[in-house]
Amino acid sequence: MTDQPLLSIRDFSLDFDTFDGVYHAIDDVNIDLHTGEALGIVGETGCGKSVTAKSILQLLPSPPARVTSGEIWLDGENFLTLDAKSIQKKRGIDVSMIFQDPMTYLNPVFTIGQQLVDVILAHQRLKPVGNRINKAAAKTRAMELLERVRLPNPERQFDSYPHELSGGMRQRILIAQALSGHPKILIADEPTTALDVTIQAQILDLIKDLINELGLSVVLITHDLGVVASICTRVVIMYAGQVVEDASVNEIFDNPKHPYTKGLLAAVPHPTQRASTLTGIPGNLPNLLDPPSGCRFRERCPLVREKCSERPRWTTLSDYHGIACWEFSESKHA
Amino acid sequence: MLDIKDLKVHFDTSKPLKRKTIVKAVNGVNLSLAKGDALGLVGESGSGKSTIGKAILHLVPITNGSIKIDGFETNPLSRKIERELRRRAQMIFQDPHSALNPRLPVLRSVAEPLVLHTDLRGSELRTKVAELLETVGLPSQFLYRYPHELSGGQKQRVCIARAIALNPDLLILDEPTSALDVSVQAQILEFLKELQIKFSLSFLFISHDLSVIRHLCNRVAVMYLGEIVEEGLTTDIFHSPKHPYTQALLNAVPFPQAEQPDREAPLTGDIPSPVDLPIGCNFSTRCPKMMKGTCETTSPILSELSKTRKVACHLHS
Repeated sequence: MTDQPLLSIRDFSLDFDTFDGVYHAIDDVNIDLHTGEALGIVGETGCGKSVTAKSILQLLPSPPARVTSGEIWLDGENFLTLDAKSIQKKRGIDVSMIFQDPMTYLNPVFTIGQQLVDVILAHQRLKPVGNRINKAAAKTRAMELLERVRLPNPERQFDSYPHELSGGMRQRILIAQALSGHPKILIADEPTTALDVTIQAQILDLIKDLINELGLSVVLITHDLGVVASICTRVVIMYAGQVVEDASVNEIFDNPKHPYTKGLLAAVPHPTQRASTLTGIPGNLPNLLDPPSGCRFRERCPLVREKCSERPRWTTLSDYHGIACWEFSESKHA
Repeated sequence: MLDIKDLKVHFDTSKPLKRKTIVKAVNGVNLSLAKGDALGLVGESGSGKSTIGKAILHLVPITNGSIKIDGFETNPLSRKIERELRRRAQMIFQDPHSALNPRLPVLRSVAEPLVLHTDLRGSELRTKVAELLETVGLPSQFLYRYPHELSGGQKQRVCIARAIALNPDLLILDEPTSALDVSVQAQILEFLKELQIKFSLSFLFISHDLSVIRHLCNRVAVMYLGEIVEEGLTTDIFHSPKHPYTQALLNAVPFPQAEQPDREAPLTGDIPSPVDLPIGCNFSTRCPKMMKGTCETTSPILSELSKTRKVACHLHS
């Protein structure tokens, strides 16, 4: 793709210093996000999808996290080099984030209206004095946001405490907070994992509408391929801290190339077609304290070859499809 | 082989000096399960599906109803009945990590039911446990490992080994794979399918994941607010759901494929509190096909549409 990406993660690697040694969580990750795009980052537990997303806003405590290489570019600024004060000004304004368990992110002793107004007022301090809005205007704005995220009875719920709301409603509050600074990018880290399917469908619908109405760019982190298929346009598949495949949704589901992506798809039961058998991926995740050299999937890979102990070259199969696997880079470049 | 009649599980959550609050977790459920059947119990959180599973094993106090296993009544429970019940029915829980004692090696955990119910001891016991581990696909080195040394999938296999140690007739699986990654989930589901055929076990499979139920079960019961709203063969339920709630559930499941089917608008609102159940049909507060006058006043009864199909909805009565 030729146009300039909105967010660009380049050669990003990150380690955690632990008492057992250095945990190589992220290894040389490259991800681009374009304006108006909904990008899904998919992978199993421990693949580094949340760590990558949190690093964009420097949300990981350091130590133990330590960025070893790479750059994260947004609007001509490298986010990894910003100091604590400057990055704080980006949070919620350039990039907002919502999380899996909304209750953990809401303060149980304040009403949700209060918490939303607080966020809006906090954003005002970053603006020039003339442009700031006062408390009353902030309350109106909060009400608008609650309507925008389709919270039922916003007037009544304004003075509710988080424990009085259901999980789906709490997630709507979190989305309202995230939208209050007019961000360009919304990062949603497993936003529906803790919710029931009918509520999940409501929240996914809401996120879809926000993409269309506000032109928001979204990074959706999830382990659920169904969720990705229903709102994303592009998918990045991660395994053990590496990006293994990056393609449009159609390509990932209809024409998956990487053996890990294929394995994942074969493991997911489908709600309407009853496959005769599901195939799991044998073996376990490699220990990232001492990861295998080269391709980290090679110990579980059906196509493993000698060459796999070297890091596979990133190969572009088409405009919408890139892959890190020797199976494909060899046939093309040999 | 399993026959549940009018099962009620109510929890009194009243606080001192406050209004009486009774959570009606399970409210008049009838279920039966033949030998070798796999019945999936689906519903959203708070629908009472796990409570039914626990009630069958008397892990929660039963308010009312009869639970028969092979014609053998287990309510009220006595010491003797409990012993027999545990031999015939076992449960597997969602989180294998908290279901295993962290201070016991695998051998001791899996051996526990055998020590309590059989005369196997010493090397015979160890051989039997090693056999069980082999059945669930774990090599015998695992005998002396502790739970923290195992992965999630391996721990769940240990739990399965322990559950089948006494050759039970009924296995109750309460979301056995929802804590696992999909690639591991696929392995466990396939393994459970084999196990069911090999030992002609009956499964009561509790899950919120319709795709998983579809894959493993031949019959499905859909629960909403402590009641069964629809029951039938898996293929029938998935192809032509009759109850509006079942339709909404199926409509809400995202498909892992590029082409997304046309969907109706998702259900609005949340599941009502099981303390103040709605008047009339439990689902009337969210139902897109609610009929004024009928649904808000009288609650529908679960009636037979055909031999294998039951539905509780005014639209079909």
